[in-house]
Amino acid sequence: MKKQVCTFTLDDMLFGVDVPVIQEVLRPQTMTRVPLAPSVVRGLINLRGQILTAIDLRERLGLPPTPADISGMNLVVRLPDETVSFLVDDVGEVLDLSEDQFEESPVTLHRSISDVTSGVYKLKDRLLLLLNVTAAATLPAERN
Amino acid sequence: MSTTVDNNADIIPEFLAESRENMDQMERDLVVWEKQPGDRETLDRIFRAIHTLKGTCGFLGFAKLEGIAHQAESLLSHIRDGKRRVDPKVVTVLLQVLDTVRRHLGKIERTGEEETQVFGSVLADLHALQEETSQEDAGPTTELDEDLSSATAESSLRVDIGLLDRLMNLVGELVLARNQITQLGLLKEDPALLGASQKLSHITSELQTGIMKTRLQPMGNVWSKFPRLVRDAAIAGEKKIRLEMSGQMTELDKSIIEAVKDPLTHLIRNCIDHGIETPERRLAAGKPEEGVIRLRAFHEGGLVLVEISDDGAGIRPELIREAALRRGLVTAAKVDALTDHDLIQLIFVPGFSTAREVTRLSGRGVGMDVVKTNLERISGTIDVISTLGEGTLFRIKLPLTLAIIPALIVKSGGERFAIPQLSLLELIRLDGASVKQKIEWIDKVPFYRLRGRLLPLVYLNRELNLSSQGELPRNDDEAVHIVVLESHSDPFGLIVDEVRDTEEIVVKPLGRQLKSLSVFAGATIMGDGQVVLILDVMGLAQRVQLREAVEQRPKRAGAEAVPGAAQGGENLLLFQLGDESRWAIELSNVTRLEEFTADEIEQEGAVPVVQYRGQIMPLMPLRQLLLPTVKTSRAQSLDNKLQVIVHSRNGVCYGLWVDRIIDIAREPLVLQRQKSSPGVLGSMVIQRQVTQVIDIDGLVKLDQARNLAGRNNGIAEN
Repeated sequence: MKKQVCTFTLDDMLFGVDVPVIQEVLRPQTMTRVPLAPSVVRGLINLRGQILTAIDLRERLGLPPTPADISGMNLVVRLPDETVSFLVDDVGEVLDLSEDQFEESPVTLHRSISDVTSGVYKLKDRLLLLLNVTAAATLPAERN
Repeated sequence: MSTTVDNNADIIPEFLAESRENMDQMERDLVVWEKQPGDRETLDRIFRAIHTLKGTCGFLGFAKLEGIAHQAESLLSHIRDGKRRVDPKVVTVLLQVLDTVRRHLGKIERTGEEETQVFGSVLADLHALQEETSQEDAGPTTELDEDLSSATAESSLRVDIGLLDRLMNLVGELVLARNQITQLGLLKEDPALLGASQKLSHITSELQTGIMKTRLQPMGNVWSKFPRLVRDAAIAGEKKIRLEMSGQMTELDKSIIEAVKDPLTHLIRNCIDHGIETPERRLAAGKPEEGVIRLRAFHEGGLVLVEISDDGAGIRPELIREAALRRGLVTAAKVDALTDHDLIQLIFVPGFSTAREVTRLSGRGVGMDVVKTNLERISGTIDVISTLGEGTLFRIKLPLTLAIIPALIVKSGGERFAIPQLSLLELIRLDGASVKQKIEWIDKVPFYRLRGRLLPLVYLNRELNLSSQGELPRNDDEAVHIVVLESHSDPFGLIVDEVRDTEEIVVKPLGRQLKSLSVFAGATIMGDGQVVLILDVMGLAQRVQLREAVEQRPKRAGAEAVPGAAQGGENLLLFQLGDESRWAIELSNVTRLEEFTADEIEQEGAVPVVQYRGQIMPLMPLRQLLLPTVKTSRAQSLDNKLQVIVHSRNGVCYGLWVDRIIDIAREPLVLQRQKSSPGVLGSMVIQRQVTQVIDIDGLVKLDQARNLAGRNNGIAEN
């Protein structure tokens, strides 16, 4: 079973998203910030008439804020009943991954990361975390 | 068992929809017919409805339904031939036939099969009525004029609502694309492009209007149920009531029509049950025996107004006054300042309606708060005007559509916001020189005198945390704008920096991640492609009220205005420490509720402090003070907002840093267990949960001792 994954980086870590759920990748967009919103929500983007919530993935994963020299990219992902944009540092290539490279998230991973990833792919020279898009788009407060 | 024709999967839904429409029409006609038995046209329409039903049922093999229709048709043909007169008995039975038919239709929709038997006495009743004519019926009339049937041919067709929704979205996108082309055309200065873009612009606007209109339905669709409702309820209540309707053709968006149905039904029931008096009382009061309920719909200023009025007894303001006082909804001081009109509006306050005895006496108020909330959900408003002895009028204002609404664009803290026109009352501009003088302050709460009455003001930038210095306009010489808005109870003024134009905006919902933000109703895309948030006026008012509820309460317990105090209750603010520990503080000890961000916290020695209203306010981390053993695991909330209860004494503010504010409850302060630990008064059960009550005096001492220790340590370390 081969699987296609689009890679992206966050704070020098390598992540991946299943290709079929990706709608498109966008350069930085004009954003309307939402007062009183959780800090994970960076703002709203107008994507050809559709209003998307932009989720700061660094913040979502509890990573340090995006440094000023990284302009970031929008990874627009289609979920069953919504479309959201994840803000990531940079978007890389598409990889073909096989099942035998996969392993469940190690228990020693920090909760803030293991909560929103579904596992690890062992690449030749580094590790890739597979993002669980639905979990990442759900804010902790919503679950209660 | 009935056998249905094969491959009728497509026909059935159409049959159901058509039959239901026919039954609705027949219901309206029957009520009219009862009043005007000689009206041949109405009789023909009723006849046609039943005949069509009979024919289609025969074709589709619904034998039971066909049988009922057949019997009803026979009865009608007796009447048409003059063998029997129309009386309420006939109409009642025919209405029962309607209900039976509807039940069968429902069964067919659910299972594809009709009911296996006809319940109730409908068939027997139909039969009995025909017998009464003492002449044997020759059978169903089959010689129905063909031209009558063909008159039903319509110039309309059914369209799937999902398709209309998709078209609506597409048009929204088209509008935005059009806007971009227009801007490009202006930049390029190419006359040909400019001409083409103008044409595109024009067509797009028309298309937008057209698509919007496809979703509009006449108000009458909902009203069609009311003649029957009034008839049945009047008979049940032994009253004589006439229903007059006008403006049935006033059109509204389908979703609004559906949402307004229940509130309207409720109001009409209220008019019947409580508004209109019995014939005897009416005669005694010098009124005609028959009461009148009027339903009126019309357009006004881009909105639809619906009025429901009765010529009944009216509402007695003094009863409302008594009830409101008894329920503790208002204070005696406030109630005296209210006009009769304002008093009557109290029937919409939640909690008013729960008092049964009030309902019986005043005659109104059953679930009126529910009516109001339901209307507010679709951005509607309701007002009531009542004249004692002459009647009551409910006036409902509704938007034409929820998808595209007129909105006022304002600017605050550098950001644009859209305010739905529906909640807008008026605009006031204060030039820089008069700001200081015209905006008056009572203990940090700003007011403006609007025609002699105090209008509470809310700084939008402060409410939305847009800028830190929200208490005064940026510069003394800059003008401010007050947007006067209608809210649940009283109007309030929203202070913004700039007021732009009114625009038609396309409302788009916010994502799931932002659903908890009640201050925004959605977002829209402006002509320049930017996203702008739409303010939810109700949500905003509620947010302000929570603060003000705390703020406005007297600072000392036992003051006469505390509604609960007289009944031995105490207002308690409930909050949470750690993951599950519940705590309470007497509201009389609470000055305000505030939120701070983590980066606003500074350290003064070992003491965490924040700058607050020109003071340095020490923060008491209650979890650490009262639950030193509880881990701080989840306590750091994700958005880094600190919930702080401000307590002030002798002009000094203390910030009680808690993990979550839960609610305000009113309970007699009877401690079930006294505690000896410092800072805790004891524990009691509030809202069925064990809650500990803090001892604010003890806490202040505890914190001082701790800080002293901390400071000494600090000195030692240095």
